[in-house]
Amino acid sequence: MSTNRVRVVVTGLGTTTPLGGDVASTWAALLDGRSGIRTLTEDWVDTVPAKFAGIAAVDPGEVLPRPEARRLDRYEQFALIAARQAWQDAGAPEVEPTRLGVVVGSGIGGINTILQAYDTYRDKGWNRLSPYTVPMLMPNGAAGWISIDLGAQAGTHAAVSACATGAESIGQAIEMIRSGRADVVVAGGSEAAIHPLNMASFAAMRAMSTRNDEPHRASRPFDKGRDGFVLGEGAGIVVLESEAHAKARGARIYAVAAGVGITSDGHHISAPEPSGIGGKTAMLTAIADAGISAADVRHVNAHATSTPVGDEIEARAIREALPGSPLVTSTKSMTGHLLGGAGGIESVFTILALSERIVPATANLDDPADGLDVDIVRGEPRKLPDGQLAAINNSFGFGGHNVAVAFTTA
Amino acid sequence: MAATEQEILAGLGKIVNEITGIPASEVTPEKSFVDDLDIDSLSMVEIAVAAQDEFGAEIPDDQLKHLKTVKDVINFIQN
Repeated sequence: MSTNRVRVVVTGLGTTTPLGGDVASTWAALLDGRSGIRTLTEDWVDTVPAKFAGIAAVDPGEVLPRPEARRLDRYEQFALIAARQAWQDAGAPEVEPTRLGVVVGSGIGGINTILQAYDTYRDKGWNRLSPYTVPMLMPNGAAGWISIDLGAQAGTHAAVSACATGAESIGQAIEMIRSGRADVVVAGGSEAAIHPLNMASFAAMRAMSTRNDEPHRASRPFDKGRDGFVLGEGAGIVVLESEAHAKARGARIYAVAAGVGITSDGHHISAPEPSGIGGKTAMLTAIADAGISAADVRHVNAHATSTPVGDEIEARAIREALPGSPLVTSTKSMTGHLLGGAGGIESVFTILALSERIVPATANLDDPADGLDVDIVRGEPRKLPDGQLAAINNSFGFGGHNVAVAFTTA
Repeated sequence: MAATEQEILAGLGKIVNEITGIPASEVTPEKSFVDDLDIDSLSMVEIAVAAQDEFGAEIPDDQLKHLKTVKDVINFIQN
């Protein structure tokens, strides 16, 4: 490991998820093994095969003032709420505007706005559209609004890599600080895609669980009975900071954002490459980038979405890449799959697992699939040992994106 | 019957509050939307469309840019 490279640390966390409106309530629910998935009651539910989802536990309209909420798409609302939480959690750092950056993306962007605006345009005409329609639908809108809120001038970016977006954003933020472009970067992902068109489109891929009689048991990563993913919504944002900057201001440090590995399958637009080499190489690259050994990794927050194909390929990649018998979990069993928000919230969970030395159990894992050969936490949360540890958050996305972010104890 | 100046002012105050969060009591005739109330061009479009709905007076885009103050809008709607 290069000894003179800038170390990047995590000083703030923010989330709004199907389990809670903030980090504390979400984390408590995860450790309790509660499900954030519920039956949908909207009138369109009869038109789609999957009739449940992970709706945000706290509606963003209850958090944001109405004049602000009305000019933001729902995915931007989640992002801004989580970013403000993370910023406050970090102690609202004093930082030169030109040294503060933002990297926050979304897998899909402002799709609710797009669809509602199209109805308005078609039924009432162009001049009835909100003048905020474009800023609400654009996938960099959340990053832009956060940069305005915080006065960030070191550069604002929006990664778009489907379900790897949140993790890729954090990876880019690490690089942004290392390269000297910023001292502090607000990074993560957000999604608000619970709309009948998305539910129908994912159903057209045969990707969603249709366990309509037991919604809270539908997201069951690694279980033999899994039949697809469950859509969730929300955002996860972290504040990353150069270690020197964090220490100079006496900030609490949750963990070190030690390394990132990014690969692409170059294989299929949605199906994972069967050998899992892309995910495995992403993990090994993150480990090398972090300057640690593979055996140091004692926990993995897996991407594992509860689809029949993906979970087993990832388990094999973990087994091949990580000889240290890491405790593996998929928190999607409780939150559902937040798409572009997944890597954001799951990085937050990985960081908390390290800092609190406890790994939430994978819910609904009643009958593990054959031949997994990794230590998946089930039933009850399990403790991590004392001493220096590393953990990895995996996030993979349609398009063949594989991102692994390695964190180490502070 | 045409709305009175007071009725239009009250209606505008409500619209501005709904769109921007500025208290309706701050929306007084002499105020400039941009300089005094800090309302940007996108929000002005929203306010103009809402005012059209409320008072039935269409404000063309080429007129909107001349309506600097609350009083200008009231006059436009009354005429």
